[in-house]
Amino acid sequence: MNQQTLLEFVRGPGLQIAAVVFVLGMVYRLLQLLLLGRKKNLATPRGSALRGGLRTMWHRSIPSPGLTSRGYITVITGYVFHIGFMITLLFLSQHIELLSAVLKFEWPALPPGLITITTIVTIAAMVTLLVHRFTDPVKRLLSDYQDYLTWILTFLPLLTGFLLKQGIGLGYQQMLIVHIITLELLLIATPFTKLAHMLTTFSARWYNGAIAGYKGIKV
Amino acid sequence: MNQHDTLGERLAQQGISRRAFLKFCTAMASMMALPPGAATAIAEALIKAKRPSVIWLSFQECTGCTESLTRSHTPTLENLIFDMISLDYHHTLQAASGFGAEKSREDAMQEFFGKYLLVVDGAIPLHKDGVYSTIAGRTNLDLLQEASKGAAAIIAVGTCATFGGIPNAKPNPTGAVAVSDIIKDKPIVNISGCPPIPAVITGVLAHYLTFGALPELDDLGRPRSYYGETIHDRCYRRPFYDQGKFAKSFDDEGARNGWCLFELGCKGPTTHNSCATTKWNGKTSFPIESGHGCLGCSEPNFWDAGSFYTPLSAPTVDMTKVVAGAAVAGAGVAAALSVADRAKKRRAQQSHEKLTTKDL
Amino acid sequence: MSASLNRGVQAMIEQIDAPMATFFSACVHCGLCADACLFYTETQDPKYTPIHKLAPMRRVWQQEFTFWGRLLSKLGLSKPVTDTELSEWEPLIYDSCTLCGRCSLVCPVGNDIAYMVRKMREGMVAAGHAPQGLKDATRRSIEQGSPMGVTIVTLKAHIKHAEQETGLPVLLDREGSDYMLVLSSAEIADFSEIIPAVTRIFHQAGLSWTMASDGFEGTNSGIQIGSSDLAAELVGRIVKAAERLKVKYVISPECGHAYTALRWEGPNLIGRPYPFEVVHIIELLDQLRSTGRLRTEGLDNTRMTFHDPCQMVRRGGVIEQPRSLLHMIAPNFVEMPDAGMQNWCCGGGGGVSANSRADTLRHKVFDRKKAQLDAIKVDSIVTSCSNCRNMLEDGLEHNHMKLSVISLTDLIAEHLAEDDKQEAGKL
Repeated sequence: MNQQTLLEFVRGPGLQIAAVVFVLGMVYRLLQLLLLGRKKNLATPRGSALRGGLRTMWHRSIPSPGLTSRGYITVITGYVFHIGFMITLLFLSQHIELLSAVLKFEWPALPPGLITITTIVTIAAMVTLLVHRFTDPVKRLLSDYQDYLTWILTFLPLLTGFLLKQGIGLGYQQMLIVHIITLELLLIATPFTKLAHMLTTFSARWYNGAIAGYKGIKV
Repeated sequence: MNQHDTLGERLAQQGISRRAFLKFCTAMASMMALPPGAATAIAEALIKAKRPSVIWLSFQECTGCTESLTRSHTPTLENLIFDMISLDYHHTLQAASGFGAEKSREDAMQEFFGKYLLVVDGAIPLHKDGVYSTIAGRTNLDLLQEASKGAAAIIAVGTCATFGGIPNAKPNPTGAVAVSDIIKDKPIVNISGCPPIPAVITGVLAHYLTFGALPELDDLGRPRSYYGETIHDRCYRRPFYDQGKFAKSFDDEGARNGWCLFELGCKGPTTHNSCATTKWNGKTSFPIESGHGCLGCSEPNFWDAGSFYTPLSAPTVDMTKVVAGAAVAGAGVAAALSVADRAKKRRAQQSHEKLTTKDL
Repeated sequence: MSASLNRGVQAMIEQIDAPMATFFSACVHCGLCADACLFYTETQDPKYTPIHKLAPMRRVWQQEFTFWGRLLSKLGLSKPVTDTELSEWEPLIYDSCTLCGRCSLVCPVGNDIAYMVRKMREGMVAAGHAPQGLKDATRRSIEQGSPMGVTIVTLKAHIKHAEQETGLPVLLDREGSDYMLVLSSAEIADFSEIIPAVTRIFHQAGLSWTMASDGFEGTNSGIQIGSSDLAAELVGRIVKAAERLKVKYVISPECGHAYTALRWEGPNLIGRPYPFEVVHIIELLDQLRSTGRLRTEGLDNTRMTFHDPCQMVRRGGVIEQPRSLLHMIAPNFVEMPDAGMQNWCCGGGGGVSANSRADTLRHKVFDRKKAQLDAIKVDSIVTSCSNCRNMLEDGLEHNHMKLSVISLTDLIAEHLAEDDKQEAGKL
């Protein structure tokens, strides 16, 4: 197999395989969790579980007051990472070409120079979070191999995308192949690791809000 | 006029001035990225060079490569090259035909055995013992194998000969392959492109005549001096790529402003060739300059690389149906596994013995 | 089958529902829950990180309910939960967690970690792993009717005293009353002045009320130890008494977990809705206030604050009512920092107070409450949970702090409008 056929594989069947694993896996994961069900609550409600669930789904994005300094590092760096990652992913022209091919609708791009900046900022945030995970005693206790694996899988597309755009390291064709492969690895790993939180965060917040909302409590 | 007298003698007979000849050698040297002094070395070598025999075999080809080489409005430097070689066999350009032409070929191959240059354009079919393309009753495969025995080197011209090209594209009903898939024991230069840039052919020939060796090749056997960089790296529209200014459809405002054609499927970034610098038709233009994205025609399998109009970052296959199918399948798997989950919980509930104070 | 590891694991499997599985799946190991838990903030020991307390049950979920977990399990490549691990986790689940629920507020992915701890306790107790003190309290609750061994005899004695003090009747087992009052053992044993206090308030309001001789104890050790079976037995007694007496409302006392047990978990424990409504005593007092049936006079000028009991406020939903009541009589009321939903636990809820093994840790984490109080420099703390009262008094004494701890109901009763106060002595 030469580089050209490898490129065509990763742009073709490779992408399909990764997308199938990702979509099948995420739908399966989310539904399987939901289908475990909850026992019907026989207590008299004071408020609305539905409104509570909907509220907490977005309200929990507002950071809690009264965190310690280690908490603020996590929250602030975490937000910088997530926002930077989403901007880099969603607003580079080349990425929009990929996503619009799947979603069948388009949206305007941001200037590539700006995306370069967000990439660098996101990479910096990721490195900070990794260092914090190593050095903070709470995170060190909680972390297992999955935390580090998912960090690597999330970091590689950012890094290789940056190198591709800036023309550093391997030639365009090789780096493009590597970049697409790192994306495919990330997609495949997502349903089976904590990366599934991209969806389960919302269902978890829903349950939290619903349980409290039933009692008339706003969380 | 002796066919195999030296190039210098030949040029003098044609009234080519020494000045014009030196200009040509300088142009050659600079295209091959050789140091300035090399121009003189090239000139001196070429003057004395005995015009070698060149056998040109055409197989599954469209003759586009020959057209590219010979198409000219005025006598060009490319034409000069044909004075540097003795083209002893070429379907399109030779005057002879039939048995006479074949005899010339066999005679030249015998006389210059081990010394002639073999040029091949077109792919070679292998299915059904190669019957899909024959010349004078002999298969291409057979002709190639025979001719390569006495060749000093083989120059595969055009993407068909270098990588299989159009005949090799899916579903490849004739079993077409490239020269390098068949011949393994001779030095091969791949001059890919559909067609290749004429100056590249002449440059390789000039290099061979000057240095007696083939130029440095990349991992696909292409001369590094012409195929070492991508169109993207030399494209005059690169600043627009870097600024994110893309034409979104042909003849939209971006296109009319001459913006980058990435989103219209340009394969410039992954295509190695000199189109962006050497250009075509005597430096007139090249596809991107004319408003169409690069097809990537000097790369292997470029016909099977998805649509010419699909950008490099987009998938080459349908994703939406596949993704929709995966979602349905995921729901099915979830439903199935949740049956097992609930059964597990039910079993746990059924085996539940009420806790009493005795258990504390 | 006696208490055993298998019984514990099966109990955990029973407990894993959609929220539990989703919470386990969503956790990203960010550690923010540690910042919300006073057991971590006051000790800086990472093992007290709330979600870490769930580690064994997380493994059960993974191995029983996830694709890779099941696969690796079948191939014999995963580590099953061991009895030793559960035993190691016992102090984490019982000594360093009061089910206060601050972690559930803070988790960015939305995990209700207190909900998770409550469910893990079902597995722990079925496997035989619970603190001895809590086991004893639970046994006493089931066998004697009260974790502190308080009986109807004690109650009747206090009732007699209350009738003498107030000159008003306190009727037991009066069928057809509108309200049935439930008390907590701590009130009957340590703070029995609550009985004359409510008697006077209900008299002013013209409430028709009673208490049940076979259903007067609201404290639910079953909830605290984490056994739905035992908790159902305990709450069932109140329900049976309320149905026997055909009351419309059952009043949940100044006790945190009694409210959780009776109001929110009860119907689910016994498997059917109640034919009556449950109201927290403070909810009731506020309702009476807002309809003009509770009238006070005079002011208490002490600089005072309110300690929000976790199960009443953050986990129960009775948040504004104490403040509305205090504003009637306390002009120098100040809120402590983090008051209301964000309040810090007294450190003794969820069974910790019954567990003497946890005393040292509990005293250590009282530093947080101390810090809240030091910031506002008050003379007294008002609260609405008798367990919080005991824990606050204990913590204040331990730290040589001279603040008085007062029940909100008692405070209101002290300031009832003149026409309803009897002569015989203040409390």
